[in-house]
Amino acid sequence: MATAPKSQTDSKPAEKEVLLRVEGITKIYDGTIKAVDDVSLTVTKGEIFGLLGGSGCGKSTLLRMLAGFEQPTKGRIFLENQDITNIPSYQRPINMMFQSYALFPHLSVWENIAFGLKRDHLPKEQIAERVEAMLSLAQLNKYAQRKPHQLSGGQQQRVALVRSLAKRPKLLLLDEPLGALDKKLRESTQLELVNIIEEVGVTCVLVTHDQEEAMTMASRIAVMAEGYFLQVGEPDTVYEMPNSRQVADFIGNVNMFEGVIEEDEADHVTVRCPECVHYVGHGISGHQGQSVSVALRPEKIMLSKDKPAGEYNWCEGEVVEIVYFGDHTTYHLKTSTGKVIKAQEMNNTRDLSCGLTWGDRAYMHWNDLAMVVLTQ
Amino acid sequence: MNKLTQYFRGLFQGNKLVIGIPYGWFILLVAIPLLIVLKISVSEMQATSVSSMISWSEGWPTLKLNFASYQFIASDALYVKTYFSSIKYAFLTTVLCLAIGYPFAYFMARSPKHLQPMLLMLIMLPFWTSFLLRIYAWKTLLVSNGVINNALMSLGIIDAPLAMMNNSFSLVVGMVYSYLPFMILPLYANLSKMDLRYLEAAADLGTSPFKAFWLITVPLSKAGIIAGSMLVFIPAVGEFVIPELLGGPDTLMIGRVLWDEFFSNNDWPMAAAVAVVMILIILVPMAILNKAEAKLKEAKS
Repeated sequence: MATAPKSQTDSKPAEKEVLLRVEGITKIYDGTIKAVDDVSLTVTKGEIFGLLGGSGCGKSTLLRMLAGFEQPTKGRIFLENQDITNIPSYQRPINMMFQSYALFPHLSVWENIAFGLKRDHLPKEQIAERVEAMLSLAQLNKYAQRKPHQLSGGQQQRVALVRSLAKRPKLLLLDEPLGALDKKLRESTQLELVNIIEEVGVTCVLVTHDQEEAMTMASRIAVMAEGYFLQVGEPDTVYEMPNSRQVADFIGNVNMFEGVIEEDEADHVTVRCPECVHYVGHGISGHQGQSVSVALRPEKIMLSKDKPAGEYNWCEGEVVEIVYFGDHTTYHLKTSTGKVIKAQEMNNTRDLSCGLTWGDRAYMHWNDLAMVVLTQ
Repeated sequence: MNKLTQYFRGLFQGNKLVIGIPYGWFILLVAIPLLIVLKISVSEMQATSVSSMISWSEGWPTLKLNFASYQFIASDALYVKTYFSSIKYAFLTTVLCLAIGYPFAYFMARSPKHLQPMLLMLIMLPFWTSFLLRIYAWKTLLVSNGVINNALMSLGIIDAPLAMMNNSFSLVVGMVYSYLPFMILPLYANLSKMDLRYLEAAADLGTSPFKAFWLITVPLSKAGIIAGSMLVFIPAVGEFVIPELLGGPDTLMIGRVLWDEFFSNNDWPMAAAVAVVMILIILVPMAILNKAEAKLKEAKS
């Protein structure tokens, strides 16, 4: 009777040409440790596919199997419908940008970029031409004769990127491409990186533990945990419509309410929680009396000192913590049940006095499309 | 406040003391002996000792330098020949040690971590036996009626014993055997520290494992190769015991000449001059090489 919102399914663009297809790939270390557990995925041409997960979730192992550094225990990898599972890494038309960059310390920037081209025995003029083009792409022409250790972190990162692009790979693998940079540099580099990748038009698989990195760079992301995919979808889908508590918890901040479905109609659902009653403005796939979790993101909660009208979607609490971020402030409010709820307010004005302070009582309220009901 | 400054002053002096120890060691045990050798080389031999450099005449000190030994070294072809021969054998030893030691160190560095201490132990195990004894043991293996010749003859592979003793063959075998650990240890230290991701990056860019070895591993282990080669080459040039025990009349080595000058001819200035020239022969090319490399680096950056 109740149906799931439509956009939650269909996340695979079918009409585009498939470049990479992975079928039931599994990697078991030492006979017992399952690093990657029966993962299947398809990546279409021109896509930037993000693998997102915490450390030890198997994302790096999956990437290393794509690069050919690890042999899968089970499963096949196809690139343009050609089975490359048993092809050694040095014969795969796939290049990788390493997390540590792995720039050869004994070679200059120029020689590093030319390294892969020389292995293909291209004519000298063509190598020089390609290296120059790559140097311009990375805006590093001035640094061609420098050794990697003479460059800044951001410059090294760009050398690593264009070195992996120089051979014009069919697939580019990015292993935590921005992990070694500081926050400020990361933001500008992120865009630079995406611009370069889009200019070249190469298909990418990106591994990261940083959700912001995945959100901004990838066109589709897979959230991974314990060796398998929890959810695959476009960044906004995964953020706004997580399919499980684990995904909601991993991506961004979330307040989780435990409750029971009280009313289950086609156009709305109510969930009774100890703190409040949620009125969800769309149908879900569940049944009356079912225990569910309601996920509510902090930025979707509004704060006021006046009691909201109506009986749904609000909750009273006492401010126990204020975390100031500059652009926004996160308030931690303790409800009557002892549960602490986080609410995020944009700092729209420079007036700092009018806000709430420690010990104040306030009402949190949200609209009826702000939350996600999770059954698993 | 006063106490604090005192504390820092004490720390500062302690600092100097710590740095001073190796300097003191260097001056006492390297620089001073070297200067004494230099002094002896420009003295004149008297009945039981060398002449003193400074003589007093009419209350004025006179510096007396005697370069006769150096002139003799330059004029006598035997010395020049011996120097060349020493360098030749030392060079051959170094190259062979590198050829044997590199694969050895490589497989040690790439073997499972828990096996490495044991392998390292095996490399150092021979040091527990007397060096002389081990060189003598080679004698019993290499002589005409030794283990190897007897075995080959009884198997019918050869009719007459191979001449493996008291010639350049036995000399080089003995030298390579003795100096091999000095090549392996620095190479192992270098190779075991190497970041294997460079090899993955090379493979990723289309390099076969064999090519990656020559393009990545070898250049990255250059420091280990240089250190190992120095540790073998420098002592090998002046080696005395191995040429004495395993060498023959044709295997001229400067160490033996030195010994003869000291103990047979009792000509200390001559012996000291031979030693000084040897040090110069080794040090000067090394210094030039070092400088050239430093300049090259500077020019590149």
